[in-house]
Order: sequence, then structure tokens, then C-alpha cells
Amino acid sequence: MPDPYSLRVNGVDCEVADSDIAESLLFVLRERLGLTGTKNACTEGECSSCAVLIDGVLTCSCLVLSATAAGQEITTVEGLGDGRDGLSAVQEAFVAEGAVQCGFCTPGLIVAVHDLLEANADPSDGDVREALSGNLCRCTGYGRILAAVNTAAEAKRSQP
Amino acid sequence: MTSEAANTAAGGSTATGTGADTIVDVGTRGVGADVGRPDGVPKVQGRFAFSSDLWADDFLWGHTLRSPHASALIRGVDIGPAVAMAGVYAVLLADDVPGCPTYGLEHGDQPALADGQVRYVGEPVALVAADHPDIARRAAEAIVVDYEVTEPLTDAEAAPTAAPIHPDGNVFREITIRHGDLDVTGEVTVEGVYEVGMQDQAFMGPESGMALPDEDGSVELFVSTQWLHVDREQIAACLGIDEEKVRLTLAGVGGAFGAREDLSLQVHLCLLALHTGKPVKMVYSRDESFLGHVHRHPAKMWYRHHADRTGRLVKVEARIVLDGGAYASTSSAVIANASCFAAGPYKVPAAHITGLAARTNNPPCGAMRGFGAVQTCFGHESQMDKLAAALNMDPVELRLLNAIGPGDRLVTGQLITGTFPTAEVIRQCAYAPEAEIPLSDDRRDLPGGSGRTTDAADTVRGTGFAVGFKNLMFSEGYDDYSSAACRVSDGVATITCACAEVGQGFVTLAQQIARTELGVDEVILAPAQTATIGSAGSSSASRQTWMSGGAVQAACREVRAQILADVAAEWGVSPDGLVLRDGLVVSLDGQQEALLAQVTAGAGYEADVEYHHAPTEALDENGQGNAHVSFACAAHRATVDVDPDLGLVRVRDITTAQDVGRILNPTQAVGQIEGGIAQGLGLALMEEIVLDDGLVRNASFTDYVIPTTLDMPDVTIAAFVEEPEPGAPYGAKGIGEPPTISSSAAIAAAVRAATGQDLPRIPIRPADIALG
Repeated sequence: MPDPYSLRVNGVDCEVADSDIAESLLFVLRERLGLTGTKNACTEGECSSCAVLIDGVLTCSCLVLSATAAGQEITTVEGLGDGRDGLSAVQEAFVAEGAVQCGFCTPGLIVAVHDLLEANADPSDGDVREALSGNLCRCTGYGRILAAVNTAAEAKRSQP
Repeated sequence: MTSEAANTAAGGSTATGTGADTIVDVGTRGVGADVGRPDGVPKVQGRFAFSSDLWADDFLWGHTLRSPHASALIRGVDIGPAVAMAGVYAVLLADDVPGCPTYGLEHGDQPALADGQVRYVGEPVALVAADHPDIARRAAEAIVVDYEVTEPLTDAEAAPTAAPIHPDGNVFREITIRHGDLDVTGEVTVEGVYEVGMQDQAFMGPESGMALPDEDGSVELFVSTQWLHVDREQIAACLGIDEEKVRLTLAGVGGAFGAREDLSLQVHLCLLALHTGKPVKMVYSRDESFLGHVHRHPAKMWYRHHADRTGRLVKVEARIVLDGGAYASTSSAVIANASCFAAGPYKVPAAHITGLAARTNNPPCGAMRGFGAVQTCFGHESQMDKLAAALNMDPVELRLLNAIGPGDRLVTGQLITGTFPTAEVIRQCAYAPEAEIPLSDDRRDLPGGSGRTTDAADTVRGTGFAVGFKNLMFSEGYDDYSSAACRVSDGVATITCACAEVGQGFVTLAQQIARTELGVDEVILAPAQTATIGSAGSSSASRQTWMSGGAVQAACREVRAQILADVAAEWGVSPDGLVLRDGLVVSLDGQQEALLAQVTAGAGYEADVEYHHAPTEALDENGQGNAHVSFACAAHRATVDVDPDLGLVRVRDITTAQDVGRILNPTQAVGQIEGGIAQGLGLALMEEIVLDDGLVRNASFTDYVIPTTLDMPDVTIAAFVEEPEPGAPYGAKGIGEPPTISSSAAIAAAVRAATGQDLPRIPIRPADIALG
């Protein structure tokens, strides 16, 4: 076992103890820190259900060795809420537009859409489709998800 | 108390669903309203607990050792190296299964753990429990299995005459439909041979769960599944203990689409937990998931259609062979569907259809959205286009001319007594205005995407059309009832139902139904589990809106009657003059009202009901009989751009119309339709489990490619065709499967229209176009 190390997740320093050095950031978030919002649909970097922000960069946490993320700011879906009822504009739009069915891809999409709208407040349909093309969803056919992104973008633009 | 709300043609005492007029008060949160999911907020926050998110003190991780061979004898197994590893708590083999060694949904022919022989790549051979998932995996790899590899049987057509690869033989079911005058021939005939590849359900949430042992020898299992009670039945048999000692609770399910109807890790988790005395968790990796559940049956279909010169169908002949893989799963029901619906939603006076589902050493196949109807829809719709061409007739007009409807008979002889608006669905879809889709200068819209492989000038466009249908609920005499309980206390309703919420939105509908029936706003949904309520049947066959929706409705109505009877007695009026509305008991004359919360304060008004659909019959030796409860149809029109040189396809538009009976939640209905079409697009163009002598070559999302945001076009829903279904609660039909049935065939037709090629196989691969 390596020495204990600390991860900064959603603004909180978290001690990681008893962790095998080979454990991925996804595994440590889920199984060591109890942050199970980050999902494990493929664990091979193909589906983005495990997407997190590491120092602001959208990343598949399944592809990152946990210990290498020490000293960086990690943001998971659990750290994105704000506003009314603790929901971000993106989260609210996903609920309102029916973008959630089984919900397993949802946390990764929420993180990815936050990342998209931070970089581009007024994305075209093509921009949105390209930005989310790495997020696999099997339930929705993406129609309500794309609608939610539009709604969230509008809501964010209309915020003072 | 238990009562039967029998909704039967044969004199059931209580008719339940009576059609659309039973919607009392749509309101803003009841039936018909655009209500959001109760689990929507936790799901967007990452707080919703899926079956892979479970945790318990001191739990162990389970892992499964699987066969690398499609066919082999096991001469010996040495578990010594695994047992010797630090952190390993148990290594189990077939001899450690204390009860029945096999299980199965319809026929128990699948070993819980392989005993002396393996019959497909991925068959479970041994189980390990360890204190870390990597140790469990490494220990499984350390087990030494001495295999004697044998020649696999991988050709379903050859299976019936090949040496049996299982004591139960190589034929799961043969079915023959003989309908009408089989000597009749048409003035025009067209023939075709069609193939459908093996599709995977590819749900996002991997198979996972946790089993917790109890000191009394019982076990508690939290698991993602489609049908808790039938899981319990099979688990208890394998464990050799009473069903009461196996308690299942539905854990959050990350999609299903048929792949969770069969057992995967359920027995294994319980074995490990009971053996170690500790909680055991298992989560399949994605490659293991591809090996660990059944797939959609690959099909080969031979068709000959006969018509007169006006285009009227005279006879359909078909032979259908489904590759069922190594174990039975639901093959016998899938081949029944494929055969019964092989002629499509058309009036066909004569039909001779033979179906075979055969056992091979390929991966087991079973349920997937559309369940047999998907494969034959590709066949019959390809034939209808071929027939239209032979007759020099418009393919939509040909379909309208032959469209089936109420009063007509299926090729099984069954008279259509419910709604079946095939012609309306065709018209609404085919004659919807076509969206103007300019050839885009955005490279992301081109076949092949932004990789600069296709030039817009080299693409050709085509439009195709298809219509399909299938049954709702289980068939052939099976009584797939559902159970639900309702309790109203202090003005709050609590609904208990074991219906598996797999993402489809039953939890939303259950609340909507309770609000409409009871005039309440707050509806609590109790956990879905085996210990508190009877079976809800499977979340499959587009059946839960009808069956568990019907059970919830019936339970609520029984409670409503109890409340109104008590209030009527107190007020000295007739209960017929009272309604529940907006949290009040109100007399229709407006003279009296009371708060429901007061009327039910501290009270326990409750009802527990079983809901049954109308009984069905077995098919006779000619494949004739009233085997199905109800039907739903949908039509799809697809527009595609194709680069013929590279064989690349981009779907630019899908327009659809669907027979829905009655829409209970518009947004959820749209979501089912868009999602179902995406799976149809996948089957048409990209999704196939590639096999090489039984070996799965693409068990990953790198190599098994499902549609992304760049593959799915906008879906235009031209119409929900709302003709309330008699006998269905609120007149609503299940809507999950029809979007997946004809969308593949419409896309294939569009690619044919663009390229002029035959393309008799889906998925259409680039080489089929470029080299075809």
C-alpha cells in the first residue's frame, strides 16, 4: 500500500488511505470516498459516464491513476449544484426536459454540459452534438438531452 | 386483503380499464400530464443509488471466471493457487451449488456454474470472493482449468441435424403456421433472403448487486433486474432453500432492454455470501457484461410474397431461423413472435411460415426490445418494397392497400378485436411534410463526420419507409399478472409494487395514476421488493404501463371505494354522489366537503390487488389460436445521406407515427420513441456482436459501437395516433418496443433508395455498400 495521500474533491481535502497504487481515480472516488455519483459504465474511457473536471479539464476518471490527481482540483457531479433547490441550471434543465431515463449516463453528461457551457455560452446544435459525442446514452436517443442543453444555455445566458 | 381485479373477456367480476372516459381529472400532475420523474433530481445530482453503488461493512468483492472456449470439456480444475492468495475468502465451483444445478426463464437448461463442460465463450466456471476487486480478478485468473477443446457448433441451420451439444438437444422450438389456402399462388411473386446480426442491449449500468447473508441461512439480494419474483424463484431453487429465505430488493437499474430478464450474477452473489458469511458485491466490467447477458437473436429469413396485379397480398411464405446460442433463455417465445408477426401488419389470406430456434455454441440469445418482431420486420418490409417495385407501385400505397385493422385476422387466425390503426399510422408518417435538409457544409453532418473523408458532392440521398407491429404482454396462455397495494393515511397515498423501474418511467406513471384515482398530490412509492408484495411480472413486452399500471389503478380504486363508503355513511348520502379531488372528499352537489387528510387521519385504508389481462390460448399444431392480448404498431420514414464509395451513412431525419392508445405522459412518450429509434438506428448501421467460431471479437464500447449524438438525427413525431384500447387502463398501450421495430427497416430502405443496392442484411456494413 502506498502512503496515504490527499485528494481535493469539490473543494474538500479528502484523505485516501489503504489504497492500492493501481486504483483509478474513478475507483477511489466511488469506493474510498463514497462519491458514487461518478459512474462506471465502461471503465475503459469510451462512455464518459465517469467524467469529472480535473483542474477544469474534462476527464474520464477511469483513465486516471488516483494518486496522480493529488494536488489538483477535482470536481464531480456532486460538486456542481447551486441555485434553486441546490440544482445548477444544467441539472434543472435535465429534469425539466425529460433528459433523464435510467440516469446512468446522466452524471457524466451533467459534468460535460457544464464544461461545454463554460467554454461556449451559445453553442450551435453541431457544437453541442460534437461536445457530447463522447457521452454514450442508451435510453434517450439524445433528443431530450439536446433540448436540455438548449434550455440550460438559455437559462445561463439570461442570468444577470 | 386481496382481491382480483380481473379484466377478462371470460366473465371477470370486476372490469377495470374501460377506456379513455375513465380519466377523472387530468389536473396538472395526474394521468395525461407532463409530470417529471420522481427520481429525476437525485439522478442529476449523482445521489441516486444504482446497483453498483452499494456498500456494506466488511463486504467482499466477487468475480467470475469464464470460459475462453465456445465448446470444451473440463477435465479438471485446480483452485489451489487462488485459494492460497492473501485476501481470498472463497473459490466456488459447480459442486458448491447446493440446489438445482441449472436455471432458466422458461426452461432450466443453463448451469449456474459449468459442470464438466462449457458451451459458450463467457460461460461461468468458477467464483471468487476477495477483499479487493483486483485480488478477486487475479485469483480467478490463477485458477487452472484443464480444458479439452472440442469443435464448436456455430451454424444454427446445421444444428437440428448435428450431434446434440446439450442433453436437451439442439432445437429449442420449431413452429409452423398454416393459414388459409396454401395452394393459392399470386400473379406476382417476389423472393428474398435476409439476415439480421446479433445485437447487444448495451445498457449503461453494468450487471451488479450485493448479497447479504443472514445467520438463519437466508439471504438478502439488492440487484438490478427486470423481474424480481422470477429471479427469486430461480435463485432459491439453485440455493436449495425456500423462496421465503431469498429476499430481493430492486437496486437502481441502469437500463435493461431485455438483457436483465435472465439471471446473470444473482445466484453467484448469493452463493458467495452464504458461503463466506459476509456481504458480497459484484460489478461486471464492460467486456464481462457483453459476455454475461443474452443478446438479440441473429436471424436468417427466406421469404416469398404472392400478390395479385392490384397489389393485394395473396400469400406469404417464410422460413425463419434464429440462432439461440448455448442455452434456452426465452428462445421459444422469441421464435413464436418472429413467426406470428412474420407477415407484418397486413391482411394476408394465406400464409405458410416455419420458424426454428436452434441451440449452438454461440452466446445465448434471448430478450431484446422488439423480441422477434424486429428481425421479421426487416424481412417483411424489405419484401413489401420489393413487391412494390415488381408491381411498379408506390410502396406506401401498397402498404395502405394491405394494412390490417380491427375485424381482420392475423396469420394465426386471431381476430383483431382491439384497436390496430395500421393505415392511420402509415398515413400520418408517410404523408407528414418532409423536412428540408440541405446538404450541409458543416462536415459534422456528412457521412463519416468531420474526419474529412467524405465530400458533400459525392453523397447521395435516399428516403425509406417501414411499418411494424408486435404484441403487448406475454402470450400463448401465460398469465403474467401484476400485483400492487395502495394505502391512504393522513391524506397521503403509498403505492407498493414490485415493478422493476429500469428507466422507462413507471415510477412517474404510478404516481400519476394514484393522483388521478385518489385526488391526492403526495404519493409515496415503497421499495420494489419480494417480501412486501406479489409479482409484478417482467418489465418487458411493453407490458408494465398496462399491467402494473392496471394493478395500481385497481388498488387505488378499491381504496377510493372504502373511503367514499365510510364518508357516505357518515354523511348519510350515497357514495355515488362523492368524489375525491384536490385532497378533498367532495359531494357532487357541492353541499359537503371534507379534507381527505382528516378523513384518513391515522386510518389505514388499504387494498392489495392482482391484475390480470384477458386470457390467451396456446397456438395449435398449425400455429393457429388467439395467442396474443393486444397489438401496437408504428411507422418510420428515414432520410439518409450515403457516400457510396466509402460505404458511410449519415441518417439525416427520422419521422414517425405510433399507435399509442392514449398518451399518459407526453415527455416520457417522446423519450421512449426517440430512445427506441436510436437502438433501431444502431441495428441498421453499426451494432453487431462479431463472432469468430463462437468467440466474441468486440466485447467493448471501442469495438461495439452504439449511436452517439453525432449519429442520431432529430426525430420528428408526426403523430401519436390515439385510439384508446378497450380493456387497457386509460386506454393506453405500452410504447417502448414499436420504435425499435420498424426504424431499422426504414433506414435500410433509405440506404437502398440512395444506392440502388439490395442490401439484404443488417447491420449494413461499409463494405456491403462500397464493395456490394
